[in-house]
This record gives sequence, structure tokens and C-alpha cells, in this order.
Amino acid sequence: MVKGSLTWIRGGRIVCPASGRDAEGDILIEGDRIRAVGRFEPPPDDAPVDVIDARGLLVAPGLIDMHAHLREPGNEEEETIQSGARAAVAGGITSLACFPNTEPAIDNEAAAEFVVLQGKRANLANIFPVGAVTLDRQGQRLSEMGGLHRAGAVAFSEADRTLRSAEVMRRGLLYAKMLDLPVIAHCEDPDLRGAGVMNYGKTSLRLGLGGIPEAAEDIVISRDIRLAEITLGRLHLGHMSTRGSVGLLAEAKAKGIDVTGEVTPPHFALTEEAVSTYDPNYKLIPPLRTSSDVEALILGLESGVIDVIASGHAPHSPEEKQLEFATAPPGVVGLETLFPVSYTVLVERHGFPVSKLLEKLTIQPARILRLDRDRGSLEPGKIADISLFDVTSERVISSAKFESKSRNTCFEGWKVRGTAVHVFVGGRPVLRSGTVVDGPPGAV
Amino acid sequence: MEWTRKDLLGIEDLSREEIDYILDTAEGFREVSARSVKKVPALRGKVIVNLFFEASTRTRISFELAGARLSADVIQFAGSSSSTQKGESLNDTARNIEAMGIDIVVVRHPSSGAPYQLSKALAASVVNAGDGSHEHPTQALLDIYTMRRALGRIEGLKVAIVGDVSHSRVARSNIWGLQKLGAEVYAVGPPTLVPRGLAKLGVKVSHHLDEILPEIDVFNMLRLQTERQDQGLFPTIREYSRLFGLNRQRMRRAKPSAIVLHPGPINRGVELTPDVADGPQSLILNQVTNGLAVRMAVLYLVGSRGGSGGPW
Repeated sequence: MVKGSLTWIRGGRIVCPASGRDAEGDILIEGDRIRAVGRFEPPPDDAPVDVIDARGLLVAPGLIDMHAHLREPGNEEEETIQSGARAAVAGGITSLACFPNTEPAIDNEAAAEFVVLQGKRANLANIFPVGAVTLDRQGQRLSEMGGLHRAGAVAFSEADRTLRSAEVMRRGLLYAKMLDLPVIAHCEDPDLRGAGVMNYGKTSLRLGLGGIPEAAEDIVISRDIRLAEITLGRLHLGHMSTRGSVGLLAEAKAKGIDVTGEVTPPHFALTEEAVSTYDPNYKLIPPLRTSSDVEALILGLESGVIDVIASGHAPHSPEEKQLEFATAPPGVVGLETLFPVSYTVLVERHGFPVSKLLEKLTIQPARILRLDRDRGSLEPGKIADISLFDVTSERVISSAKFESKSRNTCFEGWKVRGTAVHVFVGGRPVLRSGTVVDGPPGAV
Repeated sequence: MEWTRKDLLGIEDLSREEIDYILDTAEGFREVSARSVKKVPALRGKVIVNLFFEASTRTRISFELAGARLSADVIQFAGSSSSTQKGESLNDTARNIEAMGIDIVVVRHPSSGAPYQLSKALAASVVNAGDGSHEHPTQALLDIYTMRRALGRIEGLKVAIVGDVSHSRVARSNIWGLQKLGAEVYAVGPPTLVPRGLAKLGVKVSHHLDEILPEIDVFNMLRLQTERQDQGLFPTIREYSRLFGLNRQRMRRAKPSAIVLHPGPINRGVELTPDVADGPQSLILNQVTNGLAVRMAVLYLVGSRGGSGGPW
């Protein structure tokens, strides 16, 4: 995109939760920034104007997904930063935070720089690394968080592990707080999980599969909230799944503790019943829970207790997901289904206002990751990360059409609305009429 | 009725009529075993593979013999579990079986649900010979068949399943089958092995064998896996046996008509003292004999789908 060139997004429903805007209007992009939002006539014809017909479309701030696993370096057969970035923009996601459970782990400045570099090479979505809290995610010695931060890390996490030592967690919260970044906690007591592979309850007893009690999650959340309280640290609860966790988060917020929470679509769209077919595409950690948990999560989203919806994107190869349920690795892909499933479940079925859904996908994660100065809203001067969705026509989710290298979705065959049509990142069109537009390799 | 199922994956899916139909069919095959020529041509020309991913002697031999008595060709395949070998998935194994033109796959697997995956991938019939902690349908059928023969009915019986119900596929299949046929099922054992939540499956949970002992018609004593002690799920075998083992003193308090079953192999002195295991109320060896007839019935029904009556 030539600096100064103009793009005119014309006549869509603009919803920007940060500024409270929900109205028909136009957006003018100049270079990589938003120049104007509102209703206006075509700009003076001294500049070339790319006109995007947005009539009938939802125009939203580019989605920010703060929980994705991109497998690079180490497991590039499942996903690369390039393929993950393609999948992201195909789903209307313009920024994503990728987790450090790679091989090797993202636990040092050079590793984080590699992620940033690969993101720039892909030149599609903005890729932000999440650094490991401890070296090689071993839960013992803190990683060089300062260096990770300098390289571009927006948060710290042990990814799919819980820090067994409360003292290490305490130190991690303190150190991350020094950098004003959150620790994203995977809350699950490893002993209570044991050999569990699904929610503990009637269904696990029926199927003869090892169960993971809800207490495994609630206990660690209680601990970590208390640690956030005494450290004044910034705690973010990754992929919450239990009704207990919603209550604990609400309580902590009421006390003024700096804690936020997140949920992924499978956990509010599906229940443990889905496991009855023994299909490993319904195997997640934390596991799919019961309908009363789903109810609590949706209430938590509605009331604002839960701040963020993230994809939890966890690609796995078909070979791995063809193993038996107990043996197959947990996790599902989610970048390309994040918005359509969330829209369909929360807006269409549960009557959420669109802006309530969007705040959890845009400005809230931007604030938590301290990206909100430039991103997460549609206001003049902000970086032009913008996604346009078709929320009128229905589409059937088909993993065969995914941009992701992996196919392990738990939403195959779902009829949804909310397909991304056009996406801009830094003013450049990266998705046009549903097709990913590969740009020139970014300047690195 | 007519048997229409391709597979026998579990008892939970079966109707009461289907269970009765299998048991009635077994009755016919039991008679075959008493003949001097113990063979019928029911599955002549059919190929059965015994696909065992987990060590088993009695179930494997029982299926092998059942297939032989039906005149099928029976092949043994001892696979190693994919949990230890990531290389070949169950589906790859299935495709290989398919390519060899096999009619019935009898599968034993350490992972719950593995036979379901196989049945989806295969046109051949799949018979579950035990999957993880999930189901062991032929064991439950032979248990129920043994109860029916000994006591004349299932309806209204009080059956205690004693032991590690939580991890037991035998227990699960028994629970479904017995409930469908109208029995009252008790799950008995320490709360670490018999959690309260099992009540959600419709059983009565008891942690005190002595309390319910006098009312019970059938004791189905599960084999205690000693690795559960290593996992710390109960303190010692000695204590387990004291609290939940059947011994002479306990049998004195039991109904004189009560029968004792065990899926084998018995840990003598743990679940049962030798005098109970070999005593007059024990039908443990009848179970083995009946197992053959039940497995012949199952193989016959899935192998000659659509057929009715018997080949005798």
C-alpha cells in the first residue's frame, strides 16, 4: 500500500464497541491509518480511491485473538505462522497472540524475534508472541521476560501447563507486572486431572473415559487469583470452562483484583455430550463441560464478567486426531470459526447485541495486551485493521476449505452466519471477497 | 425378531428384545457344545480376525473356539496398542483388515471407544471384546445368561457388582444389561473405586458390603487390578479383601439361593476366598462354558445378518 493512498469503505453497518458507534456509515483509510469514520461524500479526486462496497455488511474493528497456537517452530506440518496468518485473516482476525508451546519454546528474546519476523514475512495478520513464564516451560526458573518484552511479547504464559509451584507463579506475576504485561494462566491442577481426558460426570462414567473434575480448574483459579491479589499482578484466565470459574472471576473483580478472563467458542457452544461418539475432535483441555457450565459461561459473557472470546486455535495433524480418544492430543482449530460460531451462538441464539460480542473480540483483548493505543477500535488516527463480515447469508462450515493446515474442528457441518468477506490489516486488503490476498513479503 | 445390527459394540445400545434374542440364540448353541460333533456350518467360508491389542487368554480362546465351532476361519492378530506406538493408527489397521476381506473383527483394545472408531471405518462386522473401561458386552451377556439359567429370571433380582466399578468394562456392560432386563443393580466398593456419581447411571451405590449382603441374589465379583493400589486408589489389598471380599462368614449371612460370579481370572484370597470360589454357590466355571455359547450366538448373529432362528 502506497503511503497516502485512499480506500473508501462505503455504506456498511459500522460497529465499534470502544467508541460506542453502531450506525450505517463509511470509513476512509489513508495509508495504514483510519482517516475518517462517518457519513461523507467521496474524497477529493486528487487521490486514487479504492472503493469497497460494504452495503449489507458488518464493518468491525479487526478481531484480536489473544489465544492461538501456531506450532512454528517445531511442528510446521500442523501449522506455520504463514498458514496460521492466512487462517486468521480468512476468519476476520487481524491480530493474534501465539502461544509459546513450540519446539523450542518461545522463552527468550531471539525466539520471540523469530516469531515476529515470520509474522512480518507472512505479511497478513499482525503476529504477537506470548513469551513463556519459565525457561523451556519447565516451571522452575523465570525466562528473560524483559528480553521477550523487547522482542514484542504481549503477554506471558506457560501455554498448556499450570505452574505447579505457587511461588514461581507469584514471581512470574511480579515480574510481568514490572513490564505491565499479563500472565495468561492455564488453570488446571495436574494431579486432579490425572489421566482424565474429558469432563468428570455422568458422560465420562457412561463412556468409561477418565474424568477431569471441575474442581481441577476452580482450585488453581482460586490460587492464582489470590496470588494476583498479593502481587498486584495482572492475571488473565485462559479458556475458562466451569461455572465455578465464572463465580471466582466475578468475586475477584468485585474485590478490585486485576484479573480478566477468556472463553473459547467450543466451551460455550458444546457440551460433554458431544464426546459420546468418541470423536477426538471433541477432545479439548479444558474439556467440554455440562449444559449448566455453558449457561454460566454465556451469562458471564453477557454480564461482562468474562472479558474476552479467543479461538484457542490448536491445530493437530489428521494422523494424531485419528488415534483413539484417550490417546489423541487435545485441542481444536478455531481461527476460521471464531467469529461465525460466536456470532451464531451468542447473537442469533442468545440475542447478544453485536457490539457486546465485538468488544470481547476487539477492544477488550487490545486493552489486556496493551495494544489499544493503536488497535481494537475504529477511530480516526488508529491503525486501519478492519474486518467486514456477512451476517446475513448462511454458510456450512467445511474443514476442507480451511486455510489452516489442520482440519481438527469441532464445528464441521455447522450452519453459521458471520463469514469474513473483506479484511484490512494496516490499510492493506488481506482478504478480498473471501479470498486471501498475499502481499509482497513484508519488510523485515 | 430379526437381527439387523452389523456390530456388537456395547450393551448400552441394545434393546431388551435384542438382549433376549442373543440369550435365546445362545441357548440353541449351548446344545451344540454337548454333541459329540461340536460343529455347525453356520459361518462356513467366513473369516473372523481376533484383533487383540491387549493381553487376554480366556476371552481370546473363547472367541477362537466359538468361531471354530461355527466353521469360520479364525485368524489371530496380536496388535500393540497405538498408545505406545504412534506409528500406525487404528484406522490404518482397519484399512488393512478391510483389504484382506475379513467378515468379522473381534476387537479388544485398551482405549475406551476404539471399537466404535473401527466400526465406522469398516464394512466388516465389529464385535467388542472389551474396550478400555467402557464395555465388555459378551462378558455381560454370559453373566446374565448364567444368572438366567441358574435363577430362572432376571426381572427383580438384586445384583451386587463388587469391586472397581469405576474402571470396569465388565461392570458397565452388566449395569446396562441388567437394568434393561429389570434387575436392581448395586455397585459396591470403596468410594475411590465406586464413586457416588455412579448413581447417575441408575445403580444403587454402597460402600458397605455387609449392609446389603443378606438381600443380594447375585454377587458379581470384579477382578481387582493391583495397579490401582500402586495408584493409591485403595490402601492395601489386605484391607480391600477384609472390606469387600467374599468369604465363608459373609456367605453364611447371604441368601442360600445367592450365586457368585467372577469374570476371571480370580485373585484367590482377594475378591473371593478359595472356599467360596470353589463352593456350591459359585458358578464361575459355568460362566466359562456359557461364554462359549453366547459368543457363538453373537458371531452367528452379526455374521449372518438378517437371518433368524438357528442353524441347528
